[in-house]
Amino acid sequence: MSTLLAIRDLDLTLGSKPPVRLLRRVSLQVEPGQIVGLVGESGAGKTMVSRVVLGIAPANARVTHGSVAFAARDITHLSEAQRRPLLGREIAFIPQNPMTALNPVERIGPQITDVLRMHLDLGRTDAQDRALALLREVHLREPQRILRQHPHELSGGMRQRVLIAIAFACKPKLVIADEPTTALDVTVQKQILQLIRELQRNSGTAILFITHDLGVVAKLCDHVVVMHGGRVLESAAAARLFENPTHAYTRALFAATPRFDRPADELKPIPAALTQQLNEEARVLDARDA
Amino acid sequence: MSANYILRRLFWAIPTLIGVAILVFVLVRVVPGDPIAMMLPPGATAEDVGRLRALYGLDAPIPKQFVAWMGDVLRGNFGTSISLREGVVRLVMSRLPATLELVIVAVAVACAFAALAAVGAVYFRGRWPELVVDGLSGLVLAIPDFLWGLLFVLVLGVLLPVLPISGRIDPTLDFNPATGFYLAEALLRLRWDAFADLMKHILLPALALALPLAAALTRVLKGSLIDAMNQDYVTLVRVKGYSRARILWRVALRNALIPTVTLTGVQFSFLIGGTVLIEYIFSYPGIGNLAIAAVNQRDLPLIQGLVLTFAVLFILTNLLVDMAYSILNPRVRQS
Repeated sequence: MSTLLAIRDLDLTLGSKPPVRLLRRVSLQVEPGQIVGLVGESGAGKTMVSRVVLGIAPANARVTHGSVAFAARDITHLSEAQRRPLLGREIAFIPQNPMTALNPVERIGPQITDVLRMHLDLGRTDAQDRALALLREVHLREPQRILRQHPHELSGGMRQRVLIAIAFACKPKLVIADEPTTALDVTVQKQILQLIRELQRNSGTAILFITHDLGVVAKLCDHVVVMHGGRVLESAAAARLFENPTHAYTRALFAATPRFDRPADELKPIPAALTQQLNEEARVLDARDA
Repeated sequence: MSANYILRRLFWAIPTLIGVAILVFVLVRVVPGDPIAMMLPPGATAEDVGRLRALYGLDAPIPKQFVAWMGDVLRGNFGTSISLREGVVRLVMSRLPATLELVIVAVAVACAFAALAAVGAVYFRGRWPELVVDGLSGLVLAIPDFLWGLLFVLVLGVLLPVLPISGRIDPTLDFNPATGFYLAEALLRLRWDAFADLMKHILLPALALALPLAAALTRVLKGSLIDAMNQDYVTLVRVKGYSRARILWRVALRNALIPTVTLTGVQFSFLIGGTVLIEYIFSYPGIGNLAIAAVNQRDLPLIQGLVLTFAVLFILTNLLVDMAYSILNPRVRQS
């Protein structure tokens, strides 16, 4: 099988005078059915990568170099209308904050059935039945009732389950999950991760999982891509990366992660010298690519 | 929104109405202008004036007059118009439907304009249609409704006489409505000739009222739409594969209506005041025109009755706006 998502040497630039480089020659691959973790600190460019794939990058940001290919098709410069048939159908999205991601004035039902009717051409009753089945698949009790409820009547965890149901509704090939557990409390986080994993196993969907939580990556991902300052520092199979991180930044990131099982360990912040060195490298790269 | 809530709101309207009643009662008696002097021919003696004054009960002290009037009002008797010699209630009720139809048409036109302009401007954000909408709404907003009325009379009635500029219906038309709601009745009885004629008459006054309202609504709605377009739920429907038009009409507009309705409740109330001048300009037989005649004649019972009517309309409009708000916002509906 060929690579599902192939990002090659992607540059994203904001504005023009002076241009701000958001992504610096980013390359990453997602194979069919694979879970790829995209990790890094805030501002590393993780979300920007996903936004380019989804076609929702900021209006004044432009792809100035490189390409994004989905299922062997170049989708880098698709127009909105050309990209639309892919979105929700082939590529779906699980947002970070379930509290704000559902339309507050619409009932849950139509927010699930809309993708089914739009992309799969289902009729009203078929879509309704499928929505019920989806809510059962994400283990929501009383799905009949939930379909008639408004988002504010559901808890954050329930809403995230609804959003996951929406993402998996059309059996997409790729789901991009942007920190889907960050806004939830810890016990709910674990359930949501289990759910995503379960659905992924059943459907064989590939997932690009964006997170800053290395613990999540260790449990969930097959492959890990480490980003900092808009560039990829290390990309490796998860098992290899956790055993033997090669890049100094990856090692520093591990050292800075708190562990429940070893609470006595001292947390080490990312060394300032390392950050400085990375920024210096970025400047050199920018000069080279300009 | 429960029936309980509506009843409570209506109950609390009572003190407001009593306050309005006191205010207008005292005010029309304190400002200069004597209704009795206007009724009598120039040669009347002081004795004649005194007798007539006693007849209308205007010789008693103001508090006593007020108590007498309030007593009548609570029994549903708003008195008799001094100038028209007709019951105030009958007069107001015969004219009120005309004004209500005018206001409803104006609001409908304003809402339609505002929705199209605001959605269009946001759809073509940063391109020329947005500039046109911004420029026009600013221009329209700067000109008050009565000036629009005069402008329409001049341009579309006099220079280019395409539409009637006075009255409510062509008097030669064979249409005998059973109620005061001509427009609604013509529609229900499928009298298309009468409906067309009524629409022709109502168009210009309604447009004059609607334009400034539409401009104000457009500005608020456009701001709310832009705000809604930046929300997470819009990002989600974008990545669900919604087209831009569908996002605007089906998702953003419903959400943007909530803040818009709150901010424009006041605007609707201004509209009721606006009818007075507009009805005068277009000789439209509503309560606004009646109010001007009443003030000219110092017709105290009629003025009092009309001001109370305006106050009731004001309160009901605000109640309707609040109800619309709760229908639009599911989070309020259940609480």
